[in-house]
Amino acid sequence: MERTGQEVVLVDRLCVEFDGEHVLENVDVTIHAGEFVALLGPNGSGKTTLIRAVLGLQPYDHGRVALFGTPLSSFRSWERIALVPQRLPGASSIPVSVWEAVLSGLISPKRRWRPFSRAEKAAATRALNDVGLWGKRHARLDTLSGGQQRRALIARALASGADLLVMDEPTAGVDSEHVARLTENLAVLRERGTTVIVVTHDLAGITHLVTRAIVLDPGGRESVVYDGPPPVPTTLSDHVHHHDDAPGGAPSAVGLET
Amino acid sequence: MTSILDFDFMRRALVAAALVGLIAPLVGVFLVQRRLALLGDGMGHVALTGVGLAFLLGTAPIPTAMAAAVLGAFLIEFIRYRSRTAGDVALALLFYGGIAGGVMFASLAPGKASSSLNSYLFGSLSTVGEGDLLALGALCLVVVLVITVLGRELFAVSLDPDVAAVQGIRVRVMSTLMAVLAAVVVVVGMRVVGLLLVSAIMIVPVAAAQQVTRSFRATAVLAIVIGLVASVSGLVGSFYVEVPPGPTIVLVALLAFAVLATIAMPIRRRRREAA
Repeated sequence: MERTGQEVVLVDRLCVEFDGEHVLENVDVTIHAGEFVALLGPNGSGKTTLIRAVLGLQPYDHGRVALFGTPLSSFRSWERIALVPQRLPGASSIPVSVWEAVLSGLISPKRRWRPFSRAEKAAATRALNDVGLWGKRHARLDTLSGGQQRRALIARALASGADLLVMDEPTAGVDSEHVARLTENLAVLRERGTTVIVVTHDLAGITHLVTRAIVLDPGGRESVVYDGPPPVPTTLSDHVHHHDDAPGGAPSAVGLET
Repeated sequence: MTSILDFDFMRRALVAAALVGLIAPLVGVFLVQRRLALLGDGMGHVALTGVGLAFLLGTAPIPTAMAAAVLGAFLIEFIRYRSRTAGDVALALLFYGGIAGGVMFASLAPGKASSSLNSYLFGSLSTVGEGDLLALGALCLVVVLVITVLGRELFAVSLDPDVAAVQGIRVRVMSTLMAVLAAVVVVVGMRVVGLLLVSAIMIVPVAAAQQVTRSFRATAVLAIVIGLVASVSGLVGSFYVEVPPGPTIVLVALLAFAVLATIAMPIRRRRREAA
């Protein structure tokens, strides 16, 4: 595996406890520029906790996190990172247009004193074209289908020009036809050299994009039980799947076992 | 027929009502988006303790109510942050404490303070003085300036606090700011529609606007238009029919909601069929 790029994410002996229960134990992960990483594991294995800790959303008990070579506590270049959620909860209480949602990825304290520039609006336009939603830019985000909303949120991250994208279950609840479309959008990111971390318990449809799989499983002295190129060894894939709640269940196994 | 503009007090009342009609929905649109529609209500209860305290101590009601409401805003944000699940019960306790405290302090105050408490509960536009108007105008200007500069960051926090944090936005600072803005609106609106109904003028125009809009910006603009029209026409109407202005303003806003919701029904159905 090519590992010549910059260290985008460095996690060193990270431990997180909730109420005395060890959620993450001694996690060591270094992710370099251009990698496309799938973070796998059953529900409750700490995938989301690990991502939250890396992004500064979750305090941790021991260990060290650095982003782009800077310790998390003094990291300020947040425009280099985009979190792609499954949905934007605030967009269902007040109408938010697709265009507003995409531009919201560019909101930052650093732009506080000036309106969006022509270049920034052009980036949002390009991103919407890339995901094929330019024609829907005036639509309310919450009236789009699940797959379209996911693509709009990817456009949001594309527009921000971030070097690191962290995605939460990008394919969950999206039907297979739309997964194909989503995968094309993710492939664009890979070609651009964007570093991508996908949190998922379902590799179906995106296996060919993934350069590295990291599997978490709670209980041991070290939470990371596999770290290497896909596929994940079958001895572990049982582990990974025993809490699988993906519709149908079966298709996701294909992603891990081929 | 007597013209409404013949009276100094009515001219001042019209300006005060217009100011509230403008800034209340402007702040309300962010509250509705954060699902904090009832925050303004609670803030009104807390401000009432400030008014009661002002009667008791003989201080000016507006600054004292402002201090109480802003303090309440910090407390509410602190409670919300500390206890995500038990948050609403804690808030309820604070709100009930606020209204009980207000009535208690006012009763303890010398003179007829508890009867003048009514003018703060239900508004008293006719007693808005020159000085009040300047204070209200200054507060409104501050609210508009803050939202002009920080509105996008407030919007991002309302969309998704975690995502906003990863964009480098100080989420707790923005949440607290939003509560403080709501507190300011409550105090400004206290004279116009009263503490019990001030939250309505923040929320109802927004609820009405979002029946027919497709974007946040359009919702905010239309809500402000509805807020302005409801405030001014409610006040004028109440002058001629001789009813209190506060409830009239709120009922006009509710009427706007009913009309837009009815208009929106076929639009929504069509949209659902198209999807």
